[in-house]
Amino acid sequence: MNRSQHIIGSGVVFAVGLWVTWVSYTQQPAEAFLFPRLIASVFVVLAGWTFGKAVMGLSKVGNGMTRTMFINMMPGLIVTLIYVFWAAKSLGFYTATAITFFALLSIYDPASHSEAKTWVKRGVITAIFVTVMYGLFAMLLNVYTPREILF
Amino acid sequence: MEFIYYFGEVFTPLSFLLLLGGTIGGLILGATPGLSPTMAVALLIPFTFQLEAAQGLILLGAAYTSTVAGGAVSAILLKIPGAPANIATTLDGHTMAKQGQGARALQLSFLASAVGGVFGVLLLIFLTPVLAKWALAFGPSHLFWLAILGVTVIGTLDSPSVVKGLLSGCIGLWLATIGFDDIMGAQRFIFHPALGGGINIIAALIGLFAIPQVLTMFAKGRHNKGAEVIEVQRHSILAAIRELTSRTRALGIGTLTGSIIGLIPGVGGQIAGLVAYDQTKKFSAEKDKFGTGHSEGVIAAESANNAMVGPSLVPLLTLSIPGSPTAAVLLGGLLIHGIFPGSDLFDNHPDVAWTFINSMLIGQVLMCIFGLYVAGLAARVAQVPQSVMAAIVLALSVFGAYSVQGSMGDVYVMACLGISMFFLERFGFSAAPLVLGLILGPIAEANFIQGGMIADATVGKASYFLTGGLNLLLIAVVLASVAYSVWMELLHRRYTTKEEAQA
Repeated sequence: MNRSQHIIGSGVVFAVGLWVTWVSYTQQPAEAFLFPRLIASVFVVLAGWTFGKAVMGLSKVGNGMTRTMFINMMPGLIVTLIYVFWAAKSLGFYTATAITFFALLSIYDPASHSEAKTWVKRGVITAIFVTVMYGLFAMLLNVYTPREILF
Repeated sequence: MEFIYYFGEVFTPLSFLLLLGGTIGGLILGATPGLSPTMAVALLIPFTFQLEAAQGLILLGAAYTSTVAGGAVSAILLKIPGAPANIATTLDGHTMAKQGQGARALQLSFLASAVGGVFGVLLLIFLTPVLAKWALAFGPSHLFWLAILGVTVIGTLDSPSVVKGLLSGCIGLWLATIGFDDIMGAQRFIFHPALGGGINIIAALIGLFAIPQVLTMFAKGRHNKGAEVIEVQRHSILAAIRELTSRTRALGIGTLTGSIIGLIPGVGGQIAGLVAYDQTKKFSAEKDKFGTGHSEGVIAAESANNAMVGPSLVPLLTLSIPGSPTAAVLLGGLLIHGIFPGSDLFDNHPDVAWTFINSMLIGQVLMCIFGLYVAGLAARVAQVPQSVMAAIVLALSVFGAYSVQGSMGDVYVMACLGISMFFLERFGFSAAPLVLGLILGPIAEANFIQGGMIADATVGKASYFLTGGLNLLLIAVVLASVAYSVWMELLHRRYTTKEEAQA
């Protein structure tokens, strides 16, 4: 893994460590932050050590991300983010799940995209899966999920 | 012998149905590469909300046991270990399958798993009550150090880097402090309204274990990497039983190694399987046959990884310290029912404790019976494209996190933690110590505050937390685990550098 990835990764963790330490030592009442102070002190030292090693190019553990992995993952990650942070609440859980499931299948299914048969297959799998989820959560477990448009 | 009184509870219709469903489902999930036992158990927790505590635990325990054994199916038939615990099984199991002895390898694997598993659960039955009574002597300072020990041991032994392992533990401990302080009612680190009630453990567990695997599957892209399933020929089960009884040395070494390793927090089934395989090879008269499809290799590895399951729950059920990530998830399953492990569990909820443990014993037998029949189906399921698996796991994660409290905030927390964990794992951080920190954080803090109050009224904080035989013993174990891991890391680095230099 290249050095810059280690620096970015450990840098973010170190920044979080510094923020946690700053909040722990500045917020009141102090009694409520006794334990967080203890944790934050160890946290920031270890995060600083890791960041220092990364800057000096001594970090060895971790495979990092290759360009191919990143490109492969991005469409799925974007669909996931839209599903979780917008679609599930705005479209309703089952509608959003159906769309997301079909989208992910279409993006990552190794089967051909030019044959009508594979699209029908994806649609059928999606319909079966959403029916099973509805049976499990809405009927068996009685979990009331946001329905919004459609269901 | 109290456990005998609660055997009947396992055979009530619903409990037995859950045990059966958990076992068969676990075997299929375990055979699916990419779905770890921990993730399977975490995804199942939301399904236990409406069940009685004992029934919920039966489902989770059955899934835990059978996913470990189910991993052998894909290890043998596809050469892809279903879980890290099955890596050693691949060495001889897949070669046997290629030689047309797949059925024999599967039968030996499930029979050995059952023997190892039963022995491990018996160890759990006889050790747990004794240790739970001993745990009564623990005061706040000891419980504080125990919680720190839990995070430290997993952080150092279960991580590729000691510093990053400990840092993961610290992140988990910090995450546990988010929300309102219990005593003063002060807000701590609430930088988004979704964090007002703190981080829900179940949502966090689902996110930390499931989402990184979903993203890992995405990262592999559209490429079809489905392995070819080797057809299974018929093989007499009696012949397999006879063979197992003639391989008592491999079975004994595997079972004992797995049981001992299971008792050590942080050392998982992967180590158990590999150490047992290595030791059996050393003591075998047929050393040369190992790796060429030798049944002793399969027997040793599988008896070890299932013998590890029962003992790995001993620290959890006695001292509230999960010895493995899956045990941490089971702790989450206990806590949602308001049950706290330790002496409280055995004194106030003996029906829950013993029904759960007994179900694991019966589960081993069911796993052995059904494993042989489900193996073929499980291997087919293991071929399901990863795109379908990723989409299924993602949807289950979202529904599971939402169903905890009917809150979108939990879904957001689940997703944020999961995505962050994926990137952290790429940089060498582990999920296990983070989860342990998150779960043990409240225990550590409650005892730190309580101990601090006692200390202020008596001998002072330094004397209270840093003196006394048990405190010193626990501190010594914390330091020893860190020192051992640092030493091993340096040793490994020296060898790697030497090899690099030679290359």
